[in-house]
Amino acid sequence: MASHWTIKDLEYWDAKIREKVEEFGLSCFPQEFEVCDHAQMLGYMAYSGMPAHYPHWSYGKAYEKLQTLYEHGVSGLPYEMVINSNPALAYLVRENSLCLQILTIAHVYGHNDFFKNNFTFRDTQPELTLSNFKLRADRVRDYIEDPSIGLDKVEAVLDAAHALSLQCRRNQAIRKLSPEEQREQVLAAAHPAPDPYGELHKQPEYVEPDLNHFPLFPEEDILLFIRDNNPYLANWERDLLTIVHEQARYFIPQIETKIMNEGWASYWHHKIMNSLDLPQDLYLEFLVHHNQVVRPHPGDINPYYLGFKIWHDIYRRCEVPSPEERERYGEPQLGGHEKIFQVREVDRDTSFLRRFLTEALMREMDMFEYQPKGEDLVVSKISDEEHWREVKETLLKNVGMGGIPVIRIEDADYGHNRQLYLKHQHDGRDLQAEYAERTLAHLYQLWERDVWLETQLNDRKVRLGYGEDGFVQKTLGRFR
Amino acid sequence: MTTVFRPYSQSDALRSDRSARDRLRHRQKVRRAIRDNVADIVAEESIIGQSRDRIVKVPIRGIREYRFVYGRNTPGVGTGQGDSEPGQTVGEASQGDGGPGHAGDRPGMDYYETEITLEELIEIMFEDLELPDLERKRFREVLSERTSKRKGFRRVGVRVHMDKRRTAKARVRRRLASNKASGTSEPERRFPFHRDDMRYHRLREDLRPQSNAVVLCIMDTSGSMDTLKKYLARSFFFLLYQFVRSRYAHVDVVFIAHHTKAREVTEEEFFHKGESGGTFISSGYHKALEVIQNRYHPSLWNIYAFHCSDGDNFDSDNVATLKAAEELCQACNLFGYGEIKPRPSGFYEGTMLDLFRNVRADNFQPVLIQRKEDIWPSFRQLLSRERENSEYE
Repeated sequence: MASHWTIKDLEYWDAKIREKVEEFGLSCFPQEFEVCDHAQMLGYMAYSGMPAHYPHWSYGKAYEKLQTLYEHGVSGLPYEMVINSNPALAYLVRENSLCLQILTIAHVYGHNDFFKNNFTFRDTQPELTLSNFKLRADRVRDYIEDPSIGLDKVEAVLDAAHALSLQCRRNQAIRKLSPEEQREQVLAAAHPAPDPYGELHKQPEYVEPDLNHFPLFPEEDILLFIRDNNPYLANWERDLLTIVHEQARYFIPQIETKIMNEGWASYWHHKIMNSLDLPQDLYLEFLVHHNQVVRPHPGDINPYYLGFKIWHDIYRRCEVPSPEERERYGEPQLGGHEKIFQVREVDRDTSFLRRFLTEALMREMDMFEYQPKGEDLVVSKISDEEHWREVKETLLKNVGMGGIPVIRIEDADYGHNRQLYLKHQHDGRDLQAEYAERTLAHLYQLWERDVWLETQLNDRKVRLGYGEDGFVQKTLGRFR
Repeated sequence: MTTVFRPYSQSDALRSDRSARDRLRHRQKVRRAIRDNVADIVAEESIIGQSRDRIVKVPIRGIREYRFVYGRNTPGVGTGQGDSEPGQTVGEASQGDGGPGHAGDRPGMDYYETEITLEELIEIMFEDLELPDLERKRFREVLSERTSKRKGFRRVGVRVHMDKRRTAKARVRRRLASNKASGTSEPERRFPFHRDDMRYHRLREDLRPQSNAVVLCIMDTSGSMDTLKKYLARSFFFLLYQFVRSRYAHVDVVFIAHHTKAREVTEEEFFHKGESGGTFISSGYHKALEVIQNRYHPSLWNIYAFHCSDGDNFDSDNVATLKAAEELCQACNLFGYGEIKPRPSGFYEGTMLDLFRNVRADNFQPVLIQRKEDIWPSFRQLLSRERENSEYE
């Protein structure tokens, strides 16, 4: 389709939008837009928006899947793709109408502001995003082209590393302790705490801490742990683990703030578009698109919709609280505007939802919990007076990194044999057994010694293992 | 601080298909995964006796990207339209990856099966066998009447055979003649084609040498062949037939059912009719030899015979069976015997495999099938014999 717009048009509207962006107090990185066609867009999507990215077949798979969905009209192209970098880089699909371009530009500034200001992105080094991805891509390509390594070996390590890439520390705000600090803590913990009623209580016996246990504290950064503690890895293998780990770390803030971020961008494109004095036809088209983006997906969570609703509600509760809200929470401390800017800085999806998803809002959106029952997903609880908290808890468990099971390395010298012992922190959700088995095989491949995972399956405590002879499963005990 | 707009550049778009290699690599993996899973796919009932255009769903395990994910007992949260009630169904439980609420924000959601046509699947299967091209000199050829050749012209025919040049020339000729006859010379007058102008190619059937093959499916239909055994046999026949078909221009199939007596039957009867009573395997072999004698002379046809049985034969028939088997070996390119013995019954029943050890022929191949998973390996074993043989000549 020949475009009905020119770069001049985009620049014209961008200037107007930027005016509003500044007026509303958003604080953005410089912004770059690249106009691309739909095939390029599919490519960017497959490679997480990155102009440079190391090759791996899984991206080919992602591309083909997106393309199939697109060709069958299951999903349209997204209007925008924006990456967390400084300057922020976003793509516009050239086939889209002028109205969509304007909407997209407004939306992108919302993301841009969010990337720049939300605390989870603080350590992502946005200035280096593009060059980091480029450098990593070059390194991987070098290994592939190295005749002593080659594609097959590189691919095998990447496959295994990808399987474990999200098994890493979630909360970047908590500092990782050095080995010395860990040792000190263990020693300190071994001494009984001062007890004001020591004369009454029986003195706890001093137990000598086992400083030979390794690691001293359970370790969540699995790839890094393997990199640093499997002495038989080649340097290029270590480097690949580093690369995969760094890339996963880059994406974790985005996983952690999906609902806030999409809601924030939608909130601002809505506000900006409404303040732009759009010509009638553009404005009507905008309304159609906007309603499509922030509509509820029945039976599912649309982060755009949920986020958009909550941001509006936060604003409203500060500006025009209802009498009940006034009674319950007192007078709002901040104006709506200040409040949302503060929230966008200090929250992540879990805390955001915990703090601001109210019972009334949940009821308005008719949120429910579903459970698999046979072949179907069946509503188990709805947001009524009795159950809304439980529905909310379930939601909180599933957002952000909550969808990734917490698995920690407990012992790297299990059986005094350098076997790896991991524990899954079970919270009511079982692991998918086949996936666990195959992932353990990947873990074994990287650790090169037997690996064990303690977890629960169907109310039984089990230990899954993978070693030279393949997979084993042992039942350790029964619960309940 | 200004915004930068980079306009669309066609040359970038053409140059920037960086996913091409990764896509190719992914497709290679899919193909390999299909090949690795052929045994499972063949064991699935649905591909047997189907047309080649049929779409087959192939599970491709190798292409999943595994990581630690939550299993089925993971509840999710969704939004409704204001009328949600406990107990309502809101969707289908997807296999493994939790509920639909996870889609999108979970990296690398996998798809578990791909769809290909049976034709393609068969192609991949035989690729896996790494067989040399079998259409070599040793193949017996007969004259087949499948193609046709142009020879001469005629005035009637079907449109596709029309010769435009000759038709146009005929019209010009007729116009000149008619102008002369009427004495006028107005060249502008419309002068449409007439039926008499039409010239068509005359087609002659062309006799050309072709490679022809016949597959003789011989099966024991006595009382002891239950449904499972027949199913296993059918799978085997299916593969053999598809294999032969992929190698020859023209393939016939003959079905011979036997218990104590043998007869030629239709495909339908062959697979679905069971009879009671005992077994004389020799009867099936004699029938096959008779069919070969009457219709498929070994000098003109490539003959593939295959016999499936559960190994239960009357002892008194064994000598005759052995003799007939040796005769069959002489007539056939390949003669296979598949003993279908679902475990654990095999330990208690008779077996013909011991007897067939005495068959002295290079093109004889006995295999034992105990489970449906055995079919593919057995089939490969069978064809490996074909490969060895063909290398001798």
